[in-house]
Amino acid sequence: MSLELDVSLARGAFRLDVAFTAPPGLTALFGPSGSGKTTVIGLLAGLVRPDRGRIVLDGETLLDTERRIDCPAHRRRIGVVFQEARLLPHLCVRQNLDYGRRFARRRPEAPGLGFDDVVGLLGIGHLLARRPAGLSGGESQRVAIGRALLSRPRLLLMDEPLAALDAARKAEILPLVEHLRDGAGIPIVYVSHAVPEVARLADTLVVLEAGRVAAAGPAEALLRRGELGAEQAAHGGSLLDMAVAGHDGAAGLTHLTGAVGRLSVPRLDRAVGTPVRLLVPARDVLVATRQPAGLSARNVLPGTVRDLSVLGEGAVLITLDCAGAALTARLTQASARDLGLRPGLPVFAVVKSVAFDAQGIGAARVPRAVEI
Amino acid sequence: MDRLGLTPDEWTALALSLRVATVATLASLGPGLAVAWLLARKRFPGRSLLDGLVHLPLILPPVVTGYLLLLAFGRRGTFGAALAEIGIVLSFRWTGAALACAVMGFPLMVRAMRLSLEAVDRRVEQAAATLGASPWSVFLTVTLPLAMPGVLAGAVLAFAKAMGEFGATITFVSNIPGETRTLPSAIYTLTQVPGGEAGALRLTLVSITLSMAALLASEFLARRLARRLGAE
Repeated sequence: MSLELDVSLARGAFRLDVAFTAPPGLTALFGPSGSGKTTVIGLLAGLVRPDRGRIVLDGETLLDTERRIDCPAHRRRIGVVFQEARLLPHLCVRQNLDYGRRFARRRPEAPGLGFDDVVGLLGIGHLLARRPAGLSGGESQRVAIGRALLSRPRLLLMDEPLAALDAARKAEILPLVEHLRDGAGIPIVYVSHAVPEVARLADTLVVLEAGRVAAAGPAEALLRRGELGAEQAAHGGSLLDMAVAGHDGAAGLTHLTGAVGRLSVPRLDRAVGTPVRLLVPARDVLVATRQPAGLSARNVLPGTVRDLSVLGEGAVLITLDCAGAALTARLTQASARDLGLRPGLPVFAVVKSVAFDAQGIGAARVPRAVEI
Repeated sequence: MDRLGLTPDEWTALALSLRVATVATLASLGPGLAVAWLLARKRFPGRSLLDGLVHLPLILPPVVTGYLLLLAFGRRGTFGAALAEIGIVLSFRWTGAALACAVMGFPLMVRAMRLSLEAVDRRVEQAAATLGASPWSVFLTVTLPLAMPGVLAGAVLAFAKAMGEFGATITFVSNIPGETRTLPSAIYTLTQVPGGEAGALRLTLVSITLSMAALLASEFLARRLARRLGAE
């Protein structure tokens, strides 16, 4: 898949001027509320008409205002999972799932994405006879994902599909998205304003700010450079690629190893040797100038200060070099001054094992050729 | 045919009324839905004019509506003459009564349908479009089923209005026994002749029963539809 988008539109005071190219895999649209993420989804789906622009998917021009091309939504073959499930309230779950399928009958079925496969994958077999009004938020969203998949789309748009769900339901659906990305190989554009979700899922990242592209490129590189801005500084952190080294059943811990050293996290049901990508929130990293002793935190990593940058509100973001991997810590300016932190200073980073966000722990993928 | 104690003439009036109301309702369903959809969904020049025109029969004296129909569809009327050429005569025929009833019931029908069309969640329609449904499919498989309670309510209102329409009908097509003497005209006629009170009362009871039955039926259908949309 290749997706090219270059559009602009003005609605009252809001101006959107967005251009990006998305390679195969999962492209995350990241940005605060009002940055235009949902509008971009509407533009791609054909539900919003831009003032000017071009959208090309796999060489097919879906929209070109100059050449007066505007493929209507129902012919774009782009599936959408909305924030709210938007199931057809007068049809039961089975009929909802079948709805898109009947319009897609003439298209070849993607292997492994037949009706039974999708129902099994999403675990909605017991819901087939139910009506949407009787479903929970998580159930509705799973049905909505299934319905979109069964319409045999060549691109799947997901607009904050987890926004309306609690942590437990999120944990149910995130692996499904990973499976779609890796197993089914469906190209996905995924909207989110949650750093852990993006860190876990994205191959490519497009950061939107006030209707413009603030940064775009391979997700790992952008996340490591801290391109998610204030949002990442406040709620984000650094990415570490590690592998499962072993489990400690009695303590309920899983040990990970990587370039930075050893880390312990709450038990992960992954086989020894599985590569994982961690998001370590910057606010959960402490910095000590001496090897700490008598500390309840389990994870102490030696490193050196690489960089200090002031975030405002008296906070400072310290980037540490831990055996080549970058680890960020958010401290107050006062404590950074008291510790005398400066580039090149050897320090110890302290990470509490509970600081690992389950949502931020995802299966790492074999790196794909990503061009942007 | 005497179980309800109705005379043959009264039976004729009742049967005619039912026929006129049924034809009037069925014939206005399509145009009513189209106009309701235009008013609910589209912004176009002349929209207010269309809205006003549809509602006119509701506020004009029925006699005026009847007279306008006579001018337009009478034998020498603008449309009447043209229709007569192809063999359709409306004036002083039961079909004319149906036209008068349809026109009088139209605002009620359009209003109910329009409200229910406006209440349909556009976001669900968009979702259907992304699943590959053309605008026409979206209308038939999403919009119409979701608006069905209002469509039914509109149809029942128009039917009830047609059963009771008097002013426009009697002005346009007069009061000919067996042809245009509908239930209200028959009641009116009976009240004008000595000894007609008993017949007038019988037809009044029939009228009340039919109206109540129509209302209850629509209520029942609307509730069943609402239950289908709710949890089960």
